[in-house]
Amino acid sequence: MKVLVAVKRVVDHNVRIRVRPDGSGVETNGVRMSMNPFCKHAVEAAVQLGEQGHADEIVIVSIGPKSANDVILTALAMGAHRGLLIETEAELETLAIAKLLAKVVEEEQPDLVLLGKQAVDDDSNHVGQMLAALTDRPQATFASEIKVTADGLEVTREVDWGREVVALPLPAIVTADLRLNTPRNAALPMVMKARSKPLAVRPAAEFGVDLAPRLIIEKVSPPAERATGRTVDSVEDLAAIIAADVSQMEAL
Amino acid sequence: MSVLLLADHDLGLLSPSTARLVNAVSQLGPVDLLVLGEGIDQVATEASKISGVSRVLVGQGAGYGGMLPDAVVSLLETLTVRYQYVAAGATAVGRDVMPRLAAKLDLMPITDVVAILDPSRFERPIYAGNAVQTVTSNQAKHLLTLRASAFRAAPLGNDAPIEPVESAATSAARVIAGHRTESDTPDLATAQIVVGGGVSVGSAEGFQLIQQLAQRLNAAVGATRAAVDAGYAPNDWQVGQTGKIIAPDLYIAVGISGALQHLAGIQGVKKIIAINTDAEAPLSKMADVVLLGDLFKTIPELIAELDRLGVKR
Ligand SMILES: Cc1cc2nc3c(=O)[nH]c(=O)nc-3n(C[C@H](O)[C@H](O)[C@H](O)COP(=O)(O)OP(=O)(O)OC[C@H]3O[C@@H](n4cnc5c(N)ncnc54)[C@H](O)[C@@H]3O)c2cc1C
Repeated sequence: MKVLVAVKRVVDHNVRIRVRPDGSGVETNGVRMSMNPFCKHAVEAAVQLGEQGHADEIVIVSIGPKSANDVILTALAMGAHRGLLIETEAELETLAIAKLLAKVVEEEQPDLVLLGKQAVDDDSNHVGQMLAALTDRPQATFASEIKVTADGLEVTREVDWGREVVALPLPAIVTADLRLNTPRNAALPMVMKARSKPLAVRPAAEFGVDLAPRLIIEKVSPPAERATGRTVDSVEDLAAIIAADVSQMEAL
Repeated sequence: MSVLLLADHDLGLLSPSTARLVNAVSQLGPVDLLVLGEGIDQVATEASKISGVSRVLVGQGAGYGGMLPDAVVSLLETLTVRYQYVAAGATAVGRDVMPRLAAKLDLMPITDVVAILDPSRFERPIYAGNAVQTVTSNQAKHLLTLRASAFRAAPLGNDAPIEPVESAATSAARVIAGHRTESDTPDLATAQIVVGGGVSVGSAEGFQLIQQLAQRLNAAVGATRAAVDAGYAPNDWQVGQTGKIIAPDLYIAVGISGALQHLAGIQGVKKIIAINTDAEAPLSKMADVVLLGDLFKTIPELIAELDRLGVKR
């Protein structure tokens, strides 16, 4: 089968972000960027499908500025075959992203599209679901296990009450959760090899999709700060505090 | 300005979060509550009692049992015509369904809403809660998911009419198994007290200690991702960016470092008590009250002391 994986370049998840004082957004200048962790699990899942003999071609697509080439190269070093960067300087909304990806799906006709379940910058958790709608394919979000069966996939999903297993026919859209696998670190020879793999760059405008934002981000603010606390010396003191809290709660 | 809200329910019972969602969206207009599923007569009856609900619409049938998103969205698409707002909780179902519906209708959804400022302005956290966006939407319709924990519950005392909705749900997908976490503790997402454990609890048996403290306080049990990954706690106990968002009055965090992905899930907590060996752990620093000490020693002592004080909920 042919697998398409969408990856996003985001502020590295270990960086403690700073909100710009003017409220215009989060500071990204001079901040370490990397592949969105959930996307990394999606890439790893695709590479494993390849190793199991299920996937014969893995195509990586990213949407963003030229620098997003980095994360495509990371995915190629992990074992994907070729890449596509849809280049834009604009910060696109998830609907526009999904529309661009739908065009790529139309061109590439993958049997399976893998995506991260959410991006750790906007935390939207939209794109897989939107792409499934636009391409009229079934979706399985928050995947923690993917099994290939005779007639499609069996995907274990993380839901509010535990885990659920769904059977999906192909073609389908699956979004990855963290427990899906442990992404590999590409060894140096793979990183070198990645540079010689095909990587196409095409401007977003070429796809004939309406990219205009629908929402207005009025401002971005830091969360409310918590007052500093105090240290208690004994279990007795702590128990007394809890007892007082609990009695107040009952009074409510 | 009318609102269609997807009710949150499980095991034939209405979830406590639904009354919170009703309260949140009733400031936008009269609320029709949609209950989908199988064997949900009792859910519909409970739903009709929530103040602020104009009507309860009920879609029964096997097709809705698994809440498969393509089936649910095709029904929502037909119903949405009549509403200006369509909303759901920011639950696994809401997250699954609302973006799919949005793309079908060519709309940008506004998800994980924690505050409704006015009919077209909303607040939502980004970057694992380290920043908050104020979003304005001038779209013809608003599709929302809301974090129930950010809102108070609407009172009971209503008797809204219950009406069936016609539809035949079909999905390309099929639910073939479910693995439910058995637990008799309160619902994590809406509990008034939560006791959370980290990877330092050391084992599934160790988590029984956390559960004991939770039972003493009629609290829900939470866990860090590290504890879940280690197999000490089931994944639906995970609190944080990729787990559940909680906002109890009291959170007792036992042996939890306070990584920013965990903090993302506890921003709405009113009071935090941390029990940790490390005074420098981020959670020790930000907690309202800290007890420095080994959890294996302090938790049994704490349970005994709460017993002695006769604390009971
Ligand atoms: C993309 C991404 C998403 C993530 N999402 C989440 C999420 O949703 N939720 C989440 O929780 N994590 C999440 N994580 C993981 C997160 O970064 C941390 O690794 C995790 O929260 C740490 O869990 P912990 O506090 O149990 O473990 P540790 O960080 O190892 O901390 C253990 C703590 O226990 C204390 N301790 C040790 N022994 C004792 C003792 N005997 N008594 C008392 N205290 C003791 C230590 O001082 C320390 O503070 C995510 C990570 C990534 C990359």
